Amino acid sequence: MTKAYDIIIAGGGHNGLVCAAYLAKAGKKVLVLEKNDIVGGAAITKEVFPGKSVSLCAQFLHQFNTRIADDLKLSEFGLEFIDTDCRTSLLSNDGRHLTVSFDGQVEGDVAEDEVKAFQILITRLQEFSETLGFLADIPPIDIFDPDMQDKLSALKLGWKLRFGLGAEKMSDFLRIVGMNIYDLINEELEDDRLKALLSVDSVLGTHAGPRSPGTILTYLYRQIGGGKGRTLVPKGGMGAVSKAIAASAQAKGADILTGMHVREVLIDNCRVVGLRTSCGTVYNAPIVVSNADPKTTVFDMVGSRHFEADFVHRINTIRMRGNSCKLHLSLNSIPEFSGLGSEALAGRVVIADSADYVENSFNPAKYNEWSSSPVIEFSIPTLNDPHLAENGHVLSATIQYAPYSLKGGWTDEAKEAFKNICIDTLSRFAPSLKDSIEQSLLLTPVDLENEIGMQGGNWHHGEFTLDQMLMMRPVPLASRYALPLDGLFLCGAGAHPGGGVMGSAGRNAANAILRGDKS
Amino acid sequence: MPRGAKMKSYDVIVIGAGHNGLTNAAFLAKAGLDVLVVEKNPHIGGAAVSRNLHKDWMYSNCSYVCSLFRPEIYRQLNLAKHGLQVITYNGGFTLTQDGDYIGSYNDPEIMRREIYRHSPVDVDAYDRFKTDISKWCRFIRPMLLRTPPDPTSFKFRDLDELRFLARKFLDLGPRDLHDFMKFFTISVADYLDQYFTSDLIKAHKAGSGIIGTGLGPMSPGSAYVMLHHYMGDVDGSVGAWGFARGGMGAVSNALAGALQEHGGEIRTNAGVEQITVKNGTVTGVVLDSGEEISAKRVVSNLDAKRTFLGLMDPKDAGEKVVKAAKNFKIRGSSGKLNIALNGIPEFPALPKGSDLIQGDFHIIDSLERMERAYDDWKAGRWSKDPYVDALMPSLTDPTMAPEGKHFLSVFVQYCPPKVEGKDWTDDQVQAFGDTVINQLAKYSPNLKDLIEHVEIRTPREIESEVGLTEGNIFQGELTLDQLLFNRPFPGYAQYRGPVQGMYMCGSATHPGGGVMAAPGANAAREILMDLKLGNTVPEDEGDD
Repeated sequence: MTKAYDIIIAGGGHNGLVCAAYLAKAGKKVLVLEKNDIVGGAAITKEVFPGKSVSLCAQFLHQFNTRIADDLKLSEFGLEFIDTDCRTSLLSNDGRHLTVSFDGQVEGDVAEDEVKAFQILITRLQEFSETLGFLADIPPIDIFDPDMQDKLSALKLGWKLRFGLGAEKMSDFLRIVGMNIYDLINEELEDDRLKALLSVDSVLGTHAGPRSPGTILTYLYRQIGGGKGRTLVPKGGMGAVSKAIAASAQAKGADILTGMHVREVLIDNCRVVGLRTSCGTVYNAPIVVSNADPKTTVFDMVGSRHFEADFVHRINTIRMRGNSCKLHLSLNSIPEFSGLGSEALAGRVVIADSADYVENSFNPAKYNEWSSSPVIEFSIPTLNDPHLAENGHVLSATIQYAPYSLKGGWTDEAKEAFKNICIDTLSRFAPSLKDSIEQSLLLTPVDLENEIGMQGGNWHHGEFTLDQMLMMRPVPLASRYALPLDGLFLCGAGAHPGGGVMGSAGRNAANAILRGDKS
Repeated sequence: MPRGAKMKSYDVIVIGAGHNGLTNAAFLAKAGLDVLVVEKNPHIGGAAVSRNLHKDWMYSNCSYVCSLFRPEIYRQLNLAKHGLQVITYNGGFTLTQDGDYIGSYNDPEIMRREIYRHSPVDVDAYDRFKTDISKWCRFIRPMLLRTPPDPTSFKFRDLDELRFLARKFLDLGPRDLHDFMKFFTISVADYLDQYFTSDLIKAHKAGSGIIGTGLGPMSPGSAYVMLHHYMGDVDGSVGAWGFARGGMGAVSNALAGALQEHGGEIRTNAGVEQITVKNGTVTGVVLDSGEEISAKRVVSNLDAKRTFLGLMDPKDAGEKVVKAAKNFKIRGSSGKLNIALNGIPEFPALPKGSDLIQGDFHIIDSLERMERAYDDWKAGRWSKDPYVDALMPSLTDPTMAPEGKHFLSVFVQYCPPKVEGKDWTDDQVQAFGDTVINQLAKYSPNLKDLIEHVEIRTPREIESEVGLTEGNIFQGELTLDQLLFNRPFPGYAQYRGPVQGMYMCGSATHPGGGVMAAPGANAAREILMDLKLGNTVPEDEGDD
């Protein structure tokens, strides 16, 4: 005897949970099915080594949506932050490291003029992000068949660009929005390290180098949200965010079941009627919301035969190339990074000392090869958040570029070899690191696909580019969360506005469902 | 007021006798204005020239083929009467490393068979690809002979033009808009991936996405560059390319003929030192020789950097324009070899007597090789395994070389403006030339024996001779930040400069490079509008 649900959400990633919470809040009977043992998708804290739990995948909150946090009262459900202004340190080969805060305060030997130019540049970009930020909280504006809300939003956008920014800044925005970050930083800055930092922030999680057009857009996207460019670190790792959202949803009556892999969406007479899990259990509901990426949703969960050919072709050609590996190192002591204090190690540390370094690191990814000098973003979260580990520490790193479709495949030998490259790169700055490593775990894009389900190991469920955003995300005529099959919705990062631990896609999807939207 | 009082004063002086400068001047003269074109070189044409640099050979030593030239301009200026004749060429092929080739054929049935030979699953995709490309060419062509709107302006004209553009896009509908956005923003590699599976077919098609561009086939934005190369036509056949009979100089000569027919003047060996400005208004130009010529209006056919950083006093140009000009992206990425041959080189991969040799041929059979050639450029080196777009116009146009002998034009991608940050040395130029000839010789064993003379051109030579900053053949990169109302930079996309009476008409303005003549024509229309004179410039005639 199964309970009757109004809505079932396939996948308990943070967006699925946000969607569930909003729907439950509106009085709907909601069930969330998550294939893994814990909810959160890519935003989870996991025991990666015995007695040591850290954020498995996503590690920093860049686009924290304060509106969702308030609506869902996340702080009441246990969300706390270890750091609300996490600084970034950049390791330079010549030992001239820098530490930079979100508002452009720079610690390290950088000329005063240069710091000023840097601050002007990031303020300029931040202003664009703030101007556009409201677009993330509403469904993509439908310019072809606008309703009143669309017309108002379009007017608001036009107003913000023309009068909020003013003619001069609007022109500037229209010039740089399609540009690459490399050219912009070379227009404004001299210091290689500051250029490297902005390059890394523009390309993390993408299939792009700083010289690829479109990388200013990815930078602007990363800065949206209530944090205004701040980087936040949740106490208890990224899983704490998901847990708080889940608790909020449950408190409103949503049911969440883990260990339930959705095998297929059930369809009767051209509409969704429920779904079946891999253990054969059937759950019925008139609405199914997929938190999976669009390709997995269409091809694996529903089946392409239920859609028209043009839609299937467009879904099939969504570009979602993952290039990021995750490396966790179990350490018995804190390694000494020469010239960097332990306070910095608890924050965000980046290895890349020039924009060209980042670009050169991207080059091999184009040919499905890994970088032999990768870009690394890491932290030792256990320093600030000692509850994460019973003893010792964990170094968690995001490594780029390591392409999903590696030539020859991600065999055990390949993983071992790449892991050594990553450890060697880190050791250049911390010679004692190797001695303190007890265990290590490398998650390639293929592993991330297997563990978390996102195809291609792409964090964003689809690359964030001009042709894959707004009313074209994931594909035209399906961008407002309702897919072209009655009762089927999408609520993950593959929908507008896209990836990042933000929850906006989940919230927008919930609103679309409550409004009774159809594709 | 002019100091040389006896000197004649002109209505308009056009700086630079490139094809756009000549077009601009011809339309202005046709409207009855007194026009002078001043050119620093002893010959006219800029990058559209035919030069007799070796014995009886005629080299199209910069631009080498014709397609983008707007047919409306050809008709309006009566260029046929002034001797311009464009002959479509057929054929073309890409050679593979394993000794095979893929040919281009006009006959759709033969083309299908050729695709089938390499990749049966791509046959239908090829038809789909061609249909889609034509669709986008037809979509974009009407925008070429229009002045871009200023998106921040509230003038009726700008709002009306924005409305025109918005209407065009809304008429597309959601799906076509998605397809257009892809064409406009993604890489040519990703674009072709939507159609083809065969890497060879993709490489055969991708060349148009990189020619003249500081982008690789895998860089977002290169699909637009491909479109830019497809949107022309020869004799109404969209996407076709042809030879100007007598070389590309024939285009410039015909334009000069049209200009002179309407009473315009041209002075060669007359480089401009400065554009003179008084009280915020242009007064004329000062030549290298020190001679001053006064004019009420000055139009620069030079690129944005040369115009604003070279010819204008920074005080006249203004801080904002100087900064924008400094930030203007104009990195050169192409080189060229012009070769006099004693006969037709053999390509053992081709069937004996094949007509394919009448078209352009390429020696890169995979996207990865192309992209790696780009990586070399990014690092400041010329490509070790370069992409070439080579052809022999003399097979079609016998006026280009003595009988039985041939002119081989070899366009090379990539070639940096500086070598690892330093100026080119003569030895390096020679080494670059050798790299290219060796690349060709791998596929044509007798090529080296046939060579009688070689002219090697890197961006250094292109800059010093033609005047294109950093040797960029498009007078500015064709990326989103430098297209439409951003070309050459925001606020200055309507052909007017920062001071009264000053204009721009080169490829650094909308719609950009290629021997298209649209920027020159559009600028003329704006000038005539400011003078409240009747328009002599064709708008889009909807010739499709």
